[in-house]
Amino acid sequence: MLTEDEKKEISGHLKDYPTKRAACIEALKVVQRSKRWISDESLKDIAGYLDMTVDELDSVATFYNLVFREPVGRHVILICDSISCWILGYTKLYEHLSNTLGISFGQTTEDDRFTLLPIPCLGTCDHAPALMIDNDLHRDLSPGKLDEILKKYD
Amino acid sequence: MEKPLTRNIEAFQTPVSLKDYEKNGGYQAIKNMFQKDPKDIQKLVKDSNLKGRGGAGFSTGMKWSFVPMSDDFPHKYLICNADEMEPGTFKDRLLLEGDPHLLIEGMVLSAYAIQADKGYIFLRWAYKEAAEILTRAIQEAYDAGYLGKNLSGSRYTFDLALHTSVGRYMCGEETGLLNALEGKRAIPRAKPPYPQTSGLFGKPSIVNNVETLCCIPGIVNNGVEWFKSLSLTDEGGTKLYGVSGRVKKPGLWELPLGTTMREIIDDYAGGMLEGYKFKGALPGGASTDFLIEEHLDAKMDYSSLQQYGSRLGTGTIIILDDKTCPVGMVHNLEHFFAQESCGWCTPCREGLPWTEKILKAIDDGGGKMEDLDLLEMHSKRLGPGNTFCALAPGAVEPLQSALKYFRNDFEDHINKKTCPWR
Repeated sequence: MLTEDEKKEISGHLKDYPTKRAACIEALKVVQRSKRWISDESLKDIAGYLDMTVDELDSVATFYNLVFREPVGRHVILICDSISCWILGYTKLYEHLSNTLGISFGQTTEDDRFTLLPIPCLGTCDHAPALMIDNDLHRDLSPGKLDEILKKYD
Repeated sequence: MEKPLTRNIEAFQTPVSLKDYEKNGGYQAIKNMFQKDPKDIQKLVKDSNLKGRGGAGFSTGMKWSFVPMSDDFPHKYLICNADEMEPGTFKDRLLLEGDPHLLIEGMVLSAYAIQADKGYIFLRWAYKEAAEILTRAIQEAYDAGYLGKNLSGSRYTFDLALHTSVGRYMCGEETGLLNALEGKRAIPRAKPPYPQTSGLFGKPSIVNNVETLCCIPGIVNNGVEWFKSLSLTDEGGTKLYGVSGRVKKPGLWELPLGTTMREIIDDYAGGMLEGYKFKGALPGGASTDFLIEEHLDAKMDYSSLQQYGSRLGTGTIIILDDKTCPVGMVHNLEHFFAQESCGWCTPCREGLPWTEKILKAIDDGGGKMEDLDLLEMHSKRLGPGNTFCALAPGAVEPLQSALKYFRNDFEDHINKKTCPWR
């Protein structure tokens, strides 16, 4: 079930678009913000609310890489794996994170604290290598700096 | 040197407030625009020879001129493409985070020129700070009467909303972006019809890049000759140039269009880091052809780089140094393109993952010489004319030029059965 707050927030976006369907990406974001990911149940609820079929909405939800159709941890780490970060050694960041947290790309730590994912170019190439944790951008990184940063996320 | 795009960012605390923006002459062009016919603004922009800064370099005024201007079209859209996702590109971020009102004023002027009544800023998910700044700036512009019904006391109405995406490179493709805004998968559309006549929700639409739109207030305020005088070539304006990779001072600078690559790398980016030599560069993002040492004096403008078989693209240079493997670099690029292919058309969906696999094999020391012929084949079959959009043709630009300039390195991997850089 969509909560009243979710419904209110989704309907707030409807005024920006001439069709209900156009607000489906906003709706997916709203629900993902409150429930962390889009379950089959959420998908059905949102589709119903926007007069879409479940399959129509799933075709959208599965296209975009930042709509999570599987559960994720409390914090999502997105490591830029594109060209400038590759040149400046993002693979060392990945290996360090992977060893520290004991997970590979696409996995979540057992305590549900972190999910680790690659992300295309974050648009901060003059400060490569970079990554995002949730909504925060971290740049000019080295494995050493990462340990300090991770402490901020419970 | 005049810097119409970044002068406020340099003069004031960022993000530049509405008050500071107005202090420096901001929103003056909107107050004056109603004395002009929309078509006059179109002509002004066309005569200024402003080329689209998103990467394709198409004449902005020409693009606008295909929008129907009769009363039969009461609803039209102006969309700002702020889905900056071209690998190695970080120029629009500066404008979005630094001077949001410059973009909004540019959008209002552009919307008026095509008589659009509704606009969207299509912003990529990762630009969180920009999303906050733009949300605030749009509200400020509404409160000050620069947006909305009867704006600035005129009979003209233009509403603007911010849309933040949920990822995928394809959202930056013009028609993919339109589909994404309609709540669909970001796949390209067959053309014709072109967006100018049937775009967003079937209405006439224009999609322009952030930097392009930010050029408009200056052109409207100061005219064609001024805009042309900013540039070192006959293509008007300044350009945000960037450098990333192993240089002393990676960064972004607003310079006259046509500044040479050597000047940008040596004088602004401080030259190569100690111990590293320049081996090549992608002049304007991931989907431009490599240039090498002999091209360093090339002018970084649209027509000059074409002479050398490359493109200005986004104008953000990615440097390949002598201690970085060119095969590994192309492998990384093609991994990106294969992953971001939307799967809509066969050559791109099948050809790019195939290309990536061959490159991985060569990179890991498991390739054979015939693989280079296969890569050549893919460079041609994925090239212009075989796909709906420019993703695959863009993807093969670094590949085809790497095969040309760094062929020895490919052969070395194959002969030595390992990557010599590892």
